[in-house]
Amino acid sequence: MSGEVVSTHSIDEKPKVALLNNPKVRGGIVQAALLIFIIWLIYNMVNNAAINLAKAGIASGFDFLNRAAGFGLNFSPFIEYTETSTYGTVYWVGLQNTLILAVLGVFFATIIGFLVGVARLSSNWVIAKIAYWYVEILRNIPLLLQIFIWYKGVLATLPGKRDSIDLGFVGQLNAAGLYAPKPVFAAGASWIFWAFLAGIAITWFIGRWAHKRQMATGQQFPIFLTGLGLILGLPLLAYLLTGMPVSFEYPVAGNFGPRGGMQVIPEFIALWIALSTYTAAFIAEIVRAGILAVNKGQSEASYALGLRPGPALRLVIIPQALRVIIPPLTSQYLNLTKNSSLAVAIAYPDLTAVFAGTALNQTGQAVEILLMTMLTYLALSLITSMFMNWYNAKMALVER
Amino acid sequence: MSDTDSQTALHRAEAGALEIAYVREQLVEPLPAPASEVGVIGWMRKNLFNGWFNTLLTLFALWLLYLILPGVLNFTIFNAVWSGTDRLACSDINQGGELYEGWKGACWPYIGAYFKQFIFGRYPDPELWRPILVFILFFAGLIPMLIPSVPFKRETIIYMLGIFPLVAFILLTGGNIGYNGFLLPGAIMADSELKFWVDYLILTAIICAVVHFIVRGMDGDSRRPIILTLICMGLLGVVLFIASVDFGLTFVETPQWGGFMMTLVIAVTGIAASLPLGIALALGRRSDMPVVKLLSVVFIEFWRGVPLITVLFMSSVLLPLFLPDGVTFDKLLRALIGVALFSAAYMAEVVRGGLQAIPKGQYEGAMALGLSYWQMMQKIILPQALKIVIPGIVNTFIGLFKDTTLVSIIGLLDFLGMINLSHSDSLWATPVQAITSYIFCAFIFFLFCYGMARYSNYMERRLDTGHR
Amino acid sequence: MNKKILSAALGAAAMGVATTAASAATLDDVKAKGFVQCGVSQGLPGFSNPDSAGNWTGLDVDLCRGIAAAVFGDDTKVKFVPLSAKERFTALQSGEVDVLSRNTTWTMSRDTTLGLNFAGVNYYDGQGFMVRNDLGVKSALELSGASVCTNTGTTTELNVADYFRANKLEYEIVAFEKADEVVAAYDAGRCDVYTTDQSGLYAQRLKLTNPNDHQVLPEIISKEPLGPVVRQGDDQWFNIVKWVHFAMVNAEELGVSKANIGEMMSSDNPGIKRLLGTEGEFGAALGLGNDWAANVIKLVGNYAEVFEANVGPDTPLKISRGVNDLWSRGGLQYAPPIR
Repeated sequence: MSGEVVSTHSIDEKPKVALLNNPKVRGGIVQAALLIFIIWLIYNMVNNAAINLAKAGIASGFDFLNRAAGFGLNFSPFIEYTETSTYGTVYWVGLQNTLILAVLGVFFATIIGFLVGVARLSSNWVIAKIAYWYVEILRNIPLLLQIFIWYKGVLATLPGKRDSIDLGFVGQLNAAGLYAPKPVFAAGASWIFWAFLAGIAITWFIGRWAHKRQMATGQQFPIFLTGLGLILGLPLLAYLLTGMPVSFEYPVAGNFGPRGGMQVIPEFIALWIALSTYTAAFIAEIVRAGILAVNKGQSEASYALGLRPGPALRLVIIPQALRVIIPPLTSQYLNLTKNSSLAVAIAYPDLTAVFAGTALNQTGQAVEILLMTMLTYLALSLITSMFMNWYNAKMALVER
Repeated sequence: MSDTDSQTALHRAEAGALEIAYVREQLVEPLPAPASEVGVIGWMRKNLFNGWFNTLLTLFALWLLYLILPGVLNFTIFNAVWSGTDRLACSDINQGGELYEGWKGACWPYIGAYFKQFIFGRYPDPELWRPILVFILFFAGLIPMLIPSVPFKRETIIYMLGIFPLVAFILLTGGNIGYNGFLLPGAIMADSELKFWVDYLILTAIICAVVHFIVRGMDGDSRRPIILTLICMGLLGVVLFIASVDFGLTFVETPQWGGFMMTLVIAVTGIAASLPLGIALALGRRSDMPVVKLLSVVFIEFWRGVPLITVLFMSSVLLPLFLPDGVTFDKLLRALIGVALFSAAYMAEVVRGGLQAIPKGQYEGAMALGLSYWQMMQKIILPQALKIVIPGIVNTFIGLFKDTTLVSIIGLLDFLGMINLSHSDSLWATPVQAITSYIFCAFIFFLFCYGMARYSNYMERRLDTGHR
Repeated sequence: MNKKILSAALGAAAMGVATTAASAATLDDVKAKGFVQCGVSQGLPGFSNPDSAGNWTGLDVDLCRGIAAAVFGDDTKVKFVPLSAKERFTALQSGEVDVLSRNTTWTMSRDTTLGLNFAGVNYYDGQGFMVRNDLGVKSALELSGASVCTNTGTTTELNVADYFRANKLEYEIVAFEKADEVVAAYDAGRCDVYTTDQSGLYAQRLKLTNPNDHQVLPEIISKEPLGPVVRQGDDQWFNIVKWVHFAMVNAEELGVSKANIGEMMSSDNPGIKRLLGTEGEFGAALGLGNDWAANVIKLVGNYAEVFEANVGPDTPLKISRGVNDLWSRGGLQYAPPIR
């Protein structure tokens, strides 16, 4: 705007600037329009759904959660479930099975991922190449296909139920899964559990003490071996002292293959293997990138101090790499949890399969059930990322 | 050895000739390195057997390879069956075939027999040239776009984003889409093709009027926005018109589509639809307007927090309930909507990464030049940001490409769905049927995904120079 | 050609208004788009099964063809939408299909709480069990400890739970989303028992590696009346679907078939005359032409012909008429008279 134009306005006369060019006004209008649009969209959707449901005479509301489900489930390790249980229980059983899969999957994926990631950087050519092809093959094949390969390609070709492969103490393996010996706890067995907890607690305290002592005097303490001894030894001691209250129920042969014992269904095994090996490929890349992100001078300095490659990696490189590794690792954990929903493809009774699948089909209440399912996964995601953010912040504090 | 060196050596030799009886005037030829240090053996010593731990590792690795490789090769090549007409060709004696007991190997003739279905689904035979032509057109546009040294990038992009989708749509469906009116009540004018265009004109007029009033209400000049609106509506009208022209192609409905073709359709449409949406969401998330920002964050975090399969369930079971009475979407279209919304959230995060990587000075410079927000984004920020995130976009595409297999769970017959369906054919039912088809499927997916990953690596290295 | 759908979607997307009141009368809607949209299973031999070229055959398919024949006089004016057990009711409720003919069991809760109307029973079925011969099982009561494969979200899944509980038998249920997956798992030895409607057992047995190694046990543990389903609230369309089935049964009873319909057109039998529309105005009452039933029989056949061609003893399924015989021969198929 030229000075001439400005001068035509008197002081108390408002300058005639197009409102459109006022960013605040424009922003306000855009936001209001967007908000109205979104509200209108949601209103329309809800309204349509209400009309459609009413017209179709479909029941709505969450009353169905108290109704008896009437169908059976073949996997519920911790929650008591029978055909007379309610749909609410079905939800919890599904969530439980999802969590079991996610926790065990994360555990194994992390171990395999770290091993493969370190192996990719190995100076050993064969090991590095094997790790490279492991990563490239696993992460470039769809997970669902890998699940099918494990389930239908590998596990389904195991011998039938009556010709189990005997794995000795581990149990019997056949097309219907692994029949492992089931521990039976007699009275007094809870002492073993408490001893185990006590072992962990004592190890933690010794660890703190050892760390303090090392900081003060430089003396080291074999904390790993001591801890291992305590965590394994105390329960063993308790086991012997309480008169060996744990026995094993072995599967016995019946007309339909092994009976009794603890059956690990093949759907679980297939998902577990597929999820952890697939996610491990991504974790391996993250670990590799994290280690490479540590300045080369750090490893050279540790070698110069006389550390061998193993301790150098463990004491110098990995602690620094972890800071780079953790944020992307979080999203891999989340991915694994969400990917566990592929269980629906092979009938492992996870949340998606039993709740968004079977329960939805039986009740027909799609809106409520899918809403609950999606919100549950959303909550799991948020909780995991909150935990990891906290952990991340804790790790970041170590930086000096 | 340089000349000066040999000169000094000579001088020294002359000076000390008395003390030393003989000084050799030339250095000895270096001996060849011992056999254990060079060549294959040296390489092996250095890379495989330096130290007991590495030796152990190497032996372990070799043992691992010994476990895996012979089994895989035997199954896929040496023990595999290469010709036959039905399941008997791939069965051992116990199963009624002629192969020896305990035979295990791939059954390739079964893949051959189903090859057409795996690639094209149940697309009618006489019309097969259409999807093949679409494949050719797709790669004809894709390959020049991917190779940086090929000229005419702008033209190629216009072709890929504007012309190809329309041509592909007409070729695959057959075009000749009919429209009904949607605006005027039936009392004024009965539903017909003509009414659609009348309605379309009315709609355009309404939109122009709305734009005009909004802009005028804020004392702005409404000419440019209206011309822009008219151009957009005009282009859309042309596209709609071309889609309605009868080219004499038979109509092929989407339940007849399938196989790898459907996988590509979903992945390519999904990524094409999610890119603009993703950019919008990324800009929204970095916007100063609280409402826009909040909505973008909620949208992105919601879709990123739920598994794709529940999204697909939602689009297949719930979406019909959310639509007005009597409006139905094609099943494939519903899946596409779910996939596009889902990947848009991931795309938004990728683009956001690119936006954040642009130095603040670029924003400040653009603003100092007096550019408006959209001018700044369009001319300065987005070109740089999108260039940085090309590898990220390719990676998102790889992820989406693999995730398309999930549509088989909601009953669409994509590549994996078609393969699973073929297992119910008793003509080829053998114990090795499933694993054979999965190996084939895995191989194809691996080829595509690995290729794209290599490309993304290449781009990453190419783009790495210069910036930062 | 898919025209209405696209414009409706477009209209909804662009304007967000509910478009034409398509649901007011399904018949008008069907006539307007020029074909009947029929929800079928994703592949069940004998009932609704596509061949490799995508042509559908089966008992349920023929009912849909019959509806098209009654409405248009052309049995090809029908489009088949394969639906999973999960999608089937939503697809019908949302108007994606006009009629659901997908071996769906008529139950009270489906009839009352899902907004559906069952338009008759075109196949009386019951749930049975299939086992491998080498297990040596002769009765379902010997199945204690077995693992049972079934489809999730079906009445089958509930019946089997009831049966095993009532007889105090132990069992392990393995429930898959898709029928093909159930068969594959059973074939691979994941389960000892495969349970579904008995007709389904015969049909799915054809997909097994060695069909002769498996037997269907004699017990039938449930009533499974399977029939076509329509939306509630449109009585005219409900009547059309219902009476297409009844016309086929009546035709069998009156001896009118695809083969002899030409000469039957000039029959003096008043019942036949009413059926074929040479007497009375019964078609008009349905909103159809008077030759509606004649078209069904001419193009598709009577109930016996459809049964024999799709599931009867001469087909791979080898199912005898049994309870699906006419009432006059001791079966349950009984059609109200056209009068």
